[in-house]
Parts: sequence; structure tokens; C-alpha cells
Amino acid sequence: MRGRFSDVLLDKDVIRLFSQSALKEELSLAKLSNPRRLTLKKALFYIHRDRYLWLLVLPCIAYFVIFAYIPMGGVILAFKNYIPTKGIWGSSWVGFKYFQDFFASPYFGRLLRNTVLLSVFNILWSFPVPVIFALFLNEVKNGPFKKIVQTVSYMPYFISVVVLAGMVVNFLSPYGGIANKLIGLFGMESINFLAEPKYFRTIYIASGIWQGFGYSSIIYLSTISSIDPQLYEAAKIDGARRFQRMAHITFPGILPTVVIMLILSFGNIMSVGFEKINLLYSPATYETADVISTYVYRRGILDAQYSFGTAVSLFNSVINFGLILLVNKISRRVSDISLW
Amino acid sequence: MKNNVKTKIREPFSDRLFYGFVIFLMILVLIITLYPFIYVLSMSLSDPVSVMKQEIWLYPKGFSLQSYKRVLSEPGIWRAYGNTIFYTVFGTLINVVMTVMLAYPLSRKHFWGRKAVTMFVTVTMFFSGGMIPAFLLVKNLGMYNTRWALIIPGAIGVYNMIIARTYFSGISESMYESASIDGANDITILTRIILPVSKAILAVLTLFYAIAHWNTYFNALLYTPNLKLQPLQMYLVKLLIQNESSMLDGMTDTLERSMYAMQIKYATIIVVIVPILCVYPFLQKHFAQGVMIGAVKE
Repeated sequence: MRGRFSDVLLDKDVIRLFSQSALKEELSLAKLSNPRRLTLKKALFYIHRDRYLWLLVLPCIAYFVIFAYIPMGGVILAFKNYIPTKGIWGSSWVGFKYFQDFFASPYFGRLLRNTVLLSVFNILWSFPVPVIFALFLNEVKNGPFKKIVQTVSYMPYFISVVVLAGMVVNFLSPYGGIANKLIGLFGMESINFLAEPKYFRTIYIASGIWQGFGYSSIIYLSTISSIDPQLYEAAKIDGARRFQRMAHITFPGILPTVVIMLILSFGNIMSVGFEKINLLYSPATYETADVISTYVYRRGILDAQYSFGTAVSLFNSVINFGLILLVNKISRRVSDISLW
Repeated sequence: MKNNVKTKIREPFSDRLFYGFVIFLMILVLIITLYPFIYVLSMSLSDPVSVMKQEIWLYPKGFSLQSYKRVLSEPGIWRAYGNTIFYTVFGTLINVVMTVMLAYPLSRKHFWGRKAVTMFVTVTMFFSGGMIPAFLLVKNLGMYNTRWALIIPGAIGVYNMIIARTYFSGISESMYESASIDGANDITILTRIILPVSKAILAVLTLFYAIAHWNTYFNALLYTPNLKLQPLQMYLVKLLIQNESSMLDGMTDTLERSMYAMQIKYATIIVVIVPILCVYPFLQKHFAQGVMIGAVKE
């Protein structure tokens, strides 16, 4: 045991272990003597008791302060005319100048439209696929085959966005890409898909479905596995067909999960993935492909207009956060499930 | 299903038809998912003559390792490979250690400060300064254009931390109790008792972080313009998307040459994804498990 007896007495954990009733007594005593009040002495006592845990946690807290909270404070850049040599504090305040510049710029409308449309179309097309896949995969009764399909289905999730974009670029290439070879069989002219704005959203969404449907289906498959098997047996006895069992038992069983996932995905409308767009777009397709985050990257990082870029990015975050709040509120109304 | 040979009544026609449709659909899914991989592999292995004649649809025609020879004789790809392995090994090590250091105390029900720290950490999931303040921070810390820039920012993934915490808090309280009666302090409990029974979650964390490091490209794009430090994915961007690589010098002027360039690109894709596809079958079990632990809300 411990070296000194007083140490043992101080250690609430150990006291608690000796008997369950002692714990209750102690808790009620603590409540009586100091209801909800935290004194410095008490705090020091707890910190001392949990000193090893705090030793583990402190470096992590330092990490979050430096790499999450300091950049959060860094958004004040948006309200300053940041000049690197003067530093953030030395640069002068400009108020909402950069926001006004952004709203007045000819790109504002296009960026907002592209961001929202790409997200909304993406949800409309991508969202149902994993749901349908999970419903049908659940109907497969051959164990090994089911396992193979499932394993293969989330394989694309593991390849990088660069490899995905690389495959897309080369498959669609007008110089020997397989897509153009295929339409060539039907006697059509080859198309430079990635240079035409009208194809961009389709390419973005289709490649996203290919990469993500298996991964997204995991949550539905696990929800399905928690449905009471008695429901299926009862339905069978009542003469329900396979399709009817799927439509009237499995689907309603996962419906709450589906609703939550759908609501949550609407909370992410403004945070459309930057990486894939940055790899697939080009000035020729900016008309449909340029979104807020790619614009921030070009203006803010490449052109080194740090303050302007931060302002645009902050505008995006504010709207996004508003959406999350809204969606969370709806979710709580609909289903009692919320993020906080 | 075991003793259905005699007892099972033959299913009605509509059910068998539906089942046929289900199987058809699943085979279609298999084909759609696998085809791009198979096509890329076939293109990379085929005889360059067949590639130029555009004869490959599914399986390789002829056999040639010429494109692989060319890819593997390129010093740039080896350096990029080495960098990626470095980032993956050291980055993942730091990730897993830091994540456990945070997740374990937060899983202890009696840890004083648990709620406040949890709040402090989860807030960062919803708020972030965005790309530019993060970029300036890395610059001001002197990490710009160093290997640290790809390892230290992002050392703890909050989502992964929550997965680990959920797992740890599922471990029976009696294990802590018996250990602390025996005089073990909280760190000894972690290393001697908790980690040995948490191999599954350590595997999940390693998998998630290692894949993320292997696939990372955005941080490299932002923080390491120095070619010597760039990981494989940056090398791929230049080769596959921007068509800039010494391997492709003077190769895109005619269709034939561009086909040969394409074969080299496909061979490079295979070289890059093979390590992931090799470990994937062994790890995918842990992967699905990890996703499910993460989905469980307290």
C-alpha cells in the first residue's frame, strides 16, 4: 500500500473502495457541508488526488490551446489589415472592410450559389445510395457473399482523394481515357469532360458516391442488425413477402437513423470538401466548380491576401454554424437526438 | 439455415424473383466498385502496344512490367515513398499516444475536471479558425517547410479520441478498483491494466490515423513546398493531375505517347495503393468495429 497512513485517508478513491455504504455517507456529507460550492482547498485536493490523470491531460490541453484556440482567435485577422512584418497586433483595424469587399465582388453570388448547389445536389444524389444498399444487402442470405460485398464496398473509402481524382482525370481524359473510348464506340465525338462546367457537379457527386457509399452504409447495417428478429418471424407467419418485410419492417426500423443522418448532412451544406474540388477544377470550370473554400485558398494563401481570405472564410463559418444550430434544433424536435 | 434441407417450404415465385433481383443488384455493386481498380491494374500490366491500340477493357492484354520499371527507377518516387512512411510511422505514433493520454482520463468517471476538459476539447469540433490562421500559426511557430508541420498539427483527432474514450469507459470499474487497492497509480493502471485489454481500440486508432497520414495531401500542399519533404500524395498530384514529372518528359504530344504516359500513371497508382490494399483485408474488421464504437452515443 501507500507509504504513509495519512495519504490513504486523504485518498477518496481508496476510502470509496473499502465499502459502498461508506461512499454514500461520504457523498451525502460532502453535499451537506458544501452544496455545489467549490473552494480552492477542495479543488487542490481533487487535483492532487487526480494528479497523474492531470499529468496525462495537460500536454493535450496545451496542444488544443496552441493548435485550435489560437487559430480561433486568429479570425480577428478578418477585421485587420494584416501586414506580416507588423504581426497581428501591430496591424491596423479595418472593421468590416473585407466583408464589404467580398459582398460587393462579382464572385460573391457565384461562390455562394456553387457552394450551396454542389452540397444540396450532393445530398440529394448521394444520401439515398447507402440506405438502399444497406436495405438490399440485408436481404442477402448467403453469409460469405454478403461479407464479400460489404468488404469490397468500403474499400474505395481507403484510397486517397488524390488517387481518386487521378483516376477520374485519366478515365475522363480526351486522350485515350476509357470514358471517351466508350462513347467513341457509339460514334460520338470525344468530350473533354473536365473542361466543361456543365459536367463538373456530376463528376464530383458520382465519384463521391463511388468512394463513400459503402462506408456510409455501415451505420444503417448496424441499425438493421438491432431490429428484433421476432418482427420478421411474425410477418413471415402472416404471409408477408420478402419485399414486404423489407419495406414494412427493415425500412421503418432504420428510418429514425436515416432522418438523423439526413438532418445532420444538411448542417454541413457550407462545408463542401475542398480537397477534391481543388484537384478536379480548373479556370475553365470555375463557373460551376469554384466554391468558397477554394476561393479562400486561392486568394488567401496563393495570393497571400490573408485578411481578405480570413474574412471570406469567417463568413462561411458563421453561416455554417447557424445551419448547425438550426439543424440541431430541428433534430431535437423531430427525434430527441441532438449534438448537444 | 442449418437444417433447412427437408423442413423448409419452397418460397413463392415472387420471393424468388425478388431474391434474384437482390443478388443481381449486389453483383452490380461489386462490379462497379471493383472495375476501376481492375482496369487500372490491367492497364499497368499490359503490353504497351496493346495499351497504345486502346485494346484494354477489363483484363490485361499481353504482359509487361516496363511501366513499373520506369516508375520504380524514378528517384523522386522513392524519396516521396520514404517521406510518407516516415510521416505515417512517427505521425501515427504521436497520434495514438496523445489520443490515449487524453481519452483515458476523460473515461474515468471520478476524474475531477472531466466535464470541463471534455467541453474544452469538443468545442474544437465545431469551431475552427480556418485555413489561414492555421497556416500563419504554422509559419510563426517556425514549422513551415519542416517535417513537423505534417506531424504536430492534427496530433489529436477529436472524433478518434471520443471513440477511444467510449471504449475505455466500457471497461469494468472493478479493474480500476482492484488495481488501485493494490497501490497502482493512475498511470500504472493505464499501462499495465487498461492498454493490455484495449488492443482492439489501439488497432482501430492506428488504422484510422495511419490511413489519414498515408493519404494526406492538403497539409503538404499548405505547409511543405520543399520537394524533399513532400509525401507520396503530392508526388501523385504532380504526376496524375498536373502532368508534371520527369517520367513524362515529352510524352503528351501525340495520342500514342499520351497512352504510354497514361500507363505509367496507372502503374504509379498501383504502387501507391498496394500497401493499403494489402493490409486492408486484415484491418477492415477493426475498421467497421471502430465506426460502430464511434456511433454509440453516451
